[in-house]
This record gives sequence, C-alpha cells and structure tokens, in this order.
Amino acid sequence: METLKPLLAEHPFFEGLEPRHLDLIVGCATNVRFDAGTFIFREGEEANAFYIIRHGQVALEIFVPQRGPITIETIGQGEVLGWSWLFPPYHWHFDARAVTLTRAIALDGKCLRTKCEEDHDLGYQLVKRFAHIIMQRLQATRLQLLDVYGVHS
Amino acid sequence: MVPHPYRVRRRRRETHDTFTLELQPASREGTAQEKPIMRGESAEWDIPATASQPLSTIPAFLPGQFNMLYVFGVGEVPISISGDPADPTTVVHTIRAVGTVTTALRQLRPGDMVGVRGPFGSHWPLSDAEGNDVVLIAGGIGLAPLRPAVYRILAERVKYGRVVLLYGTRTPADILYRRELARWRGHFDFDVLITVDHALGNWRGNVGVVTTLIARAPFDPLNTVAMICGPEVMMRFAARELVRRGVPAERIFISMERNMKCAIGFCGHCQFGPTFVCKDGPVFPYRSVKDLLTIREL
Repeated sequence: METLKPLLAEHPFFEGLEPRHLDLIVGCATNVRFDAGTFIFREGEEANAFYIIRHGQVALEIFVPQRGPITIETIGQGEVLGWSWLFPPYHWHFDARAVTLTRAIALDGKCLRTKCEEDHDLGYQLVKRFAHIIMQRLQATRLQLLDVYGVHS
Repeated sequence: MVPHPYRVRRRRRETHDTFTLELQPASREGTAQEKPIMRGESAEWDIPATASQPLSTIPAFLPGQFNMLYVFGVGEVPISISGDPADPTTVVHTIRAVGTVTTALRQLRPGDMVGVRGPFGSHWPLSDAEGNDVVLIAGGIGLAPLRPAVYRILAERVKYGRVVLLYGTRTPADILYRRELARWRGHFDFDVLITVDHALGNWRGNVGVVTTLIARAPFDPLNTVAMICGPEVMMRFAARELVRRGVPAERIFISMERNMKCAIGFCGHCQFGPTFVCKDGPVFPYRSVKDLLTIREL
C-alpha cells in the first residue's frame, strides 16, 4: 500500500492534505485496471469506491430504452470518477465504462466513510474537495444545457 | 468600398448546415470555359482555377480578419476568412446557413458571382505569440476564423512553443474540417483535443464542454498566448478557465461577433461599448472587453 502514497500525494485532488490524513486514505487505496469496453460500475449498483484515473478514458453513460447508451461526460487522465459513495443511499446513478484501457487508483468508499466518521477533519477535507469537483461538473453541465452551438447562437 | 467581383470556384459541404466557398477573382474573359464539376454526392462542386487576368482583387489578409460577402440582389454579410494566408489567389469562407444572405450563399454554384469587400478588422496576435506556447480554443463554427492561424503556425512551427487546439462542437456530426483535423493531429508537435456536447454510445472521443479540455491540455500558463473563437458565452467561460489556470488576461484574445454592416466603423451597427467590432475587432484582448462581456444591454 505504501507504494501508492507518493502517487496520491502528488495528485492535485489531495494537495494540501495533512500527512496523517493521507496515511488514512492510502490505507483504503488499491490499484485497479479495466479493459476497454468493461463497466467500472453500473447504475443502481452499490457505490463503494471512487477512482483517480491514472491512464485511459471513462465514459459516464445513461441507458435510454430504444436509443441505447448515451454518453453524458468523459473523464480522463488525472481526473476523479465517482462521488455517490459519499452520499446515502450509496448507489451509482449512471454507468461508467472504460472507453480505452484504463488504469486507476480505487479508493474504498466504505473504508473511507468509516474513517471520516471517526475523524471529522478528514471528512471535511474530502467533502470540500468533492464539493469543488461537483461545482465544476455542475457548471459544465449547465453550459452543455445551454446548447451554445445551436442555431440561436 | 465597392465590392470586388469574385466567382465561386468550389463549394464544399462541411456539415448539415455549414459549407465552404472558395472564391477567385472574376476574370475579363468571363466563365465560358469554366464548367462546373460535381464531386461525390453533390457535396463538392468546383471549376478549374483560371489563369486569365482578374478584374480586381482584395489585398492579402491576416488570420482573424473578415470579408463582407455580397450576394447581388439579396444582401451583404460579414464572414471570417478561413483560408490559408499564404495563398493570396483564393479567398476561402466557411459559412453557416442561418439567415437570408447565408442561405443565398449556400445556393451559389461554381461560376456564380459574389461581391467581396475586405479584408477588415484586427487579427490574431501571431507575431506577439512567437516564443510562447499557443492555445487555440474553438467552439462550433468558431474553428473557421482560427484555421488561418493554424495554417500560419504550422508553416512557421519553429517560432512557437507547444501548440494545442481545443475544439468543441455540439455532436460528432458537427465537426468541421474532419480531414484537416486528422492531419493536424498527425503532427507530433501539434496537439488537437476534441470534445462534443452530446454523443451516442458509438462515439469514442471526449464528451463535455470545451472548457473541460483546458485542464487536460499541455501548456505553460505563464508563457502562453490563447486565442478563442466561438459563441460568446463559451468564450467567456473559456477565458475564465484559462485565467483560473494561470494564463494572464492580457495574453488571452477573443473574436467578437456583432451586427456588422459597413465594416469601417462608420454606421455604428456593431458598436460594443466604446468600440466598433468591425474596426477595433473582431479580435480583442480579453482584458479590454472582459467587463463589457457581462453588460447585458451591449
């Protein structure tokens, strides 16, 4: 596990974390790999992890009957995938599929939730970081909704 | 301010509502020898380049400038120049058919006459960008006014640091200049990142707004000159994201669009605060228009 510590310490998502918090997080981290086309998680499944993408590309999809899977967003190298592990009822709201061979660090959500309950400072640090990502994705989604390249533009 | 007579040499379909016209100066001999050739499924039409004496021509342009295109009997519209600045013989415009004049332009065939005034306006700061990384951000048809800048940068590649083109469109079917994008991507020293706002499952590229590409692009923010062209709201958010990443506001340039009529800062139709877009723009330093962009009445 210790080998993942330098990787996590260098990642912008964990920038500024106290070493003791980083140690707690490293204890919940594992390396994972997904072949192109495989699902990392699917809508409705239990959300018990989030991922730091080290290499590759992941599509967040929603399946629409008679239309098939529609990609809402893609997440690439260096980005963070998944926040449903943090909020009850801990179920994924979308499908995540590896578009290309994807390597990531998986962080065990159950493990982190337990540690966050025990150490609210850690919990605050994680929630603050996820709130920033949620804000960025919400802003991007609002721009997408504007359909800026439509005829009216 | 009299339009120069040009003839359509080639018309190419780019997307369902966008097309490219190649124009050449009308010659004294007319077009008797200029027989249109249809290529493909009416996607491309062209006539051979004429070697005869042109009646008159517009001066050479700089990347980022625009021409006024006049469809006789219909009207005149400002259209950015999207051709190669190294080729003074051909005037190239990529046009989206959204109004009366642009729809009339779409109906033109090789050999048809069109009036051209120009080139007008300010240009991309390619000389000032020398020695720096260059980030080009295009949204939708905003790639067209940036294409001459890409041509110039590729022709003088050694003068620039890292160069990256970030391009966003509505769907994969709306991607302009597909063949050229693939060619540019093939350069080992030119990064091209493309994203679409909406895609079905068979698209294997990026999905999301173009601003999300900024964090993924390789460039040194403090030594970067950025040029942005696209819908105004997209430029506003892209510029903010660049500033957030550390690019100084004075090194960000955007191409504005307003209701340009005379193109010489005389009629006042394109007034934008204390400036006229046709004369002082269309390319503005972001710092000089940043505050104007948030004034709703402008």
